[in-house]
Amino acid sequence: MDMVAIAIGIVFGCCALGAGIAMIAGIGPGIGEGDAVAKACEAIGRQPEARGAVTSTMIMGCAIAETTGLYALVIAILLIFVAPGSMGNLLVSLIK
Amino acid sequence: MNEKARSGRGADILLILMMVLPLVAAMALKILNTPASEGVVIEGAMVYFSANPNADLNAVISTDLIITDAQINSWLVMISITGLCLFLTRDLREKPVSARQHVAEWIVEKVEGLVSGNMGDFHVNSFAPFVCAVLALSAFSSLMSLIGVFAPTSDLSTVAGWAVLVFLIITAYKACCGPRIYVRSFTSDGPVVAVLNVISEVATPFSMAFRHYGNVMSGAVISVLVAAALKGLSSLVLGWLPGALGQIPLLQVGLPAILSIYFDIFSGALQAYIFAMLTMLYVGGGFPEEEYIARHSAAAAPKAAA
Repeated sequence: MDMVAIAIGIVFGCCALGAGIAMIAGIGPGIGEGDAVAKACEAIGRQPEARGAVTSTMIMGCAIAETTGLYALVIAILLIFVAPGSMGNLLVSLIK
Repeated sequence: MNEKARSGRGADILLILMMVLPLVAAMALKILNTPASEGVVIEGAMVYFSANPNADLNAVISTDLIITDAQINSWLVMISITGLCLFLTRDLREKPVSARQHVAEWIVEKVEGLVSGNMGDFHVNSFAPFVCAVLALSAFSSLMSLIGVFAPTSDLSTVAGWAVLVFLIITAYKACCGPRIYVRSFTSDGPVVAVLNVISEVATPFSMAFRHYGNVMSGAVISVLVAAALKGLSSLVLGWLPGALGQIPLLQVGLPAILSIYFDIFSGALQAYIFAMLTMLYVGGGFPEEEYIARHSAAAAPKAAA
C-alpha cells in the first residue's frame, strides 16, 4: 500500500513537472511572433497603403508560428488532465 | 401566383427549421446527458453509445465501437449547413432580386477569388467547392461551442479525419502524372534533402490536425479554467455578504464573455481559414501543372487530328 502511494505520488509530481517543462516551448512562438509583428509594423510604416495585405499576411503567419507552442500546450494539458488518471490506474493494476 | 408564393414560403420555413432544429437537438442532447455536478469538469467527448460488435476478436481489437457527441454534433452541423445551402440557393434568378441570392453570390465570388489567388486559375472550378465546404464545416463546427455544446473540432478524431482526407488529396494531385514524377518531386534536390522532404510530407497531416485541434481545445480548456477561477475568487471576496447574495458568483460576469469572443469566434474562424489556406497551398504547390497541361494537350492533339 505504501509503495502504491509513493509510486502514484511520483507519477503525479512528474506529470506536473513535465507539463511545466513542456511549456518552455512557449518561448519560441513568443519571439517569432514578436519579430513578425515588428516587421509588419515597419512595413506598414513604410507603405501605409499596403496595410490590409500586410495585416492579413501577418495574422496568417502568426497563427502558423503559434503551432509549435500549441503542440506544447496540448502535451501539457494532456499531462495534467489525462496522464495522472491513466498512469495511476496502470500502476495500481501492475502492483496488484 | 399567390399559391406559388405561399408554397415557396412554406419551403423556406421548412429549410429554416432544417437549419435550426439540429442545433436545438444538440443542445437538448447536451442538457439531457450532462450529469448534475458541481465543480470544474474537463473531459473529452461524451460517449453516448458504446458497443463491442465483435466480442470474439476482443483480444485483437480491444477497443469498443463508440459514438461520442463529437460525431453526433458534426453530423448535426452537416445537416444544418445543408439546410443553409439549400435556403440560400432557392429560387435563383438571372438578375438577383432577393437578399439571399446576393449573399450566396458573395460567398461564391469570395471563395473563387481566394482559390484563384492562391492556386491559380487552373484549379478554380475543380477546387473552389471543396475549399468552401472545408471552410464552412470547420467554422461552423468551432462555432458550435457558442451554443454551449461540445465543439466537434475540439476532438482530435474529427480534425484528424479531415487532415487525412486533405493528405490523400495532396498525394493524388502530386501523383496525377504517374509515379515517376511523384518520386522526382522528393528527390530533385539530392538524397539528403529527399529524406527531409519525405519526413515533412509525412508530418503534414499531423501538423494540420494538431494545429486545429490544439487551438480549439486549448481555448475551451482555458475558458473553463478562467470561469472556475473567477467563481472561486468571487466566493472568496464576496462570501461575507449575507444570505444568497454571497453565493452569486458576481465576478464571473464579463471576463468569460470577452475570452469567448477571442477563443470561440476569432480563433475558430481563423483556424478554419488557415486549414483551408494550407490545403490550397499544399495542393497548389505539389501539383505539377506544366507537366499535366503538356501531357493532356499532347494526348488531346492526336484525337483532334483524327
